[in-house]
Amino acid sequence: MEMLGRSIVSIRDFPKEEIQTIVQKSLEVKAGKWSGVLKDKVLATLFFEPSTRTRLSFESAMVSMGGQTIGFADANVSSAKKGESLADTIRTVTGYCDAIVMRHPVEGAARLASEVATVPVINAGDGANQHPTQTFLDLVTIQEEFGRLSNLRIGMLGDLKYGRTVHSLAKALSLFGAQQVFISPPSLRMPGYTQEQLKQVGADYEEIEDISELTQELDVLYVTRIQKERFADFQEYERVAGAYTINRSAFEVLGEKCRVMHPLPRVDEISTELDETENAIYFRQAHNGIPTRQALLGLVLGVIQ
Amino acid sequence: MTTKAHKVYAIENGTVIDHIPSPNALKVVKILGVHQEGILTVGMNFKSKKQGRKDIVKVENLKLTAAVTDRLALVAPTATINIIEGGKVTEKRPIKVPLEFKGLLRCPNPNCITNVEEIPTHFKREGELTKPTVRCRYCERIYKDPGDLVI
Repeated sequence: MEMLGRSIVSIRDFPKEEIQTIVQKSLEVKAGKWSGVLKDKVLATLFFEPSTRTRLSFESAMVSMGGQTIGFADANVSSAKKGESLADTIRTVTGYCDAIVMRHPVEGAARLASEVATVPVINAGDGANQHPTQTFLDLVTIQEEFGRLSNLRIGMLGDLKYGRTVHSLAKALSLFGAQQVFISPPSLRMPGYTQEQLKQVGADYEEIEDISELTQELDVLYVTRIQKERFADFQEYERVAGAYTINRSAFEVLGEKCRVMHPLPRVDEISTELDETENAIYFRQAHNGIPTRQALLGLVLGVIQ
Repeated sequence: MTTKAHKVYAIENGTVIDHIPSPNALKVVKILGVHQEGILTVGMNFKSKKQGRKDIVKVENLKLTAAVTDRLALVAPTATINIIEGGKVTEKRPIKVPLEFKGLLRCPNPNCITNVEEIPTHFKREGELTKPTVRCRYCERIYKDPGDLVI
């Protein structure tokens, strides 16, 4: 697999074998192999839209492997504020660094950046479209937990309509023959276009409205936040959000061994009483962002083979 | 003596676009931008052995080049182009249906970068040749009626 110089824009750009290699390299990094390989490398972090977790994770990933970061965390301090085009910003920044990580509110911004940059561009979220490093770290966490990505029964719960995380993850898991169960209120179902794409790759999935309708236990329940701003009526939001909260009693239907994941930030959808249980792997999942992003940076910069 | 009745009369010089899937004739006219280019004959819903129903567009006194007619790839991939000179067919060609379309379509997603920055759009064709869908290279959305997106 040739990763040197490649941009990481969309999970769709990666066939199954490449995803497996990236997951494996991430676990190698986590185990301590490849330490310090990002020494003397400079990463530009261009966050045209606020993000705490993803930005800090990339910065920590870079610094703890010997590299350095430059960049901004707010579009108001960049030249975009002065009316500069994104393409021109990227053409300039590309000369200051070895790789660019970018979050932008407009869909396709990362693809455009990858076309004009002379260094690899890593997409840290482009509007509602893609956030591939989140998908990779989700897969790394599943591989770490189960020792495999294939033949798993995975539920996705909550806002499946607007959550780009679940769209990409569902597509990636389909490549590994997962049985997927989409659990959401009717108004927040997995969108038709995502379902079309899943059907195209022969995905095995079903849709239900409540975990009580589960017919088999799950290996993983991937929970997403239901956002207030998606509802015009606040009472309707409270009713829906209340119905999609996971607490200890949920494991009677999920199965005692079911692992719970969440892209974070969490609000009320997972009860804090789960935090100390073996079922809760969402904080470890977030921490896996570091070795996963280190592996991706190392691969595209040619210092991890 | 019997005279064969022509529902769409023959032209002496120009371009005949045959085997257009019904009812796309008007979209063909729009995409070609020939509605003010002299006499046009549009026939719709003719019986066709190959495709059930077909439309025909005849453009008089205008020899349309492949670069122009290939823009019909998404509304009339099955069409044939006949160039007529002196009442005779001097050239007959199919439509080339490429796998990618650069600058031909607009992306209807208002939050797509192609609607924010001045860059040419870029779509990939997916699905069946006769019923293509397209995917925007940038925002990655898939559209079912790409013929409606032709700029």
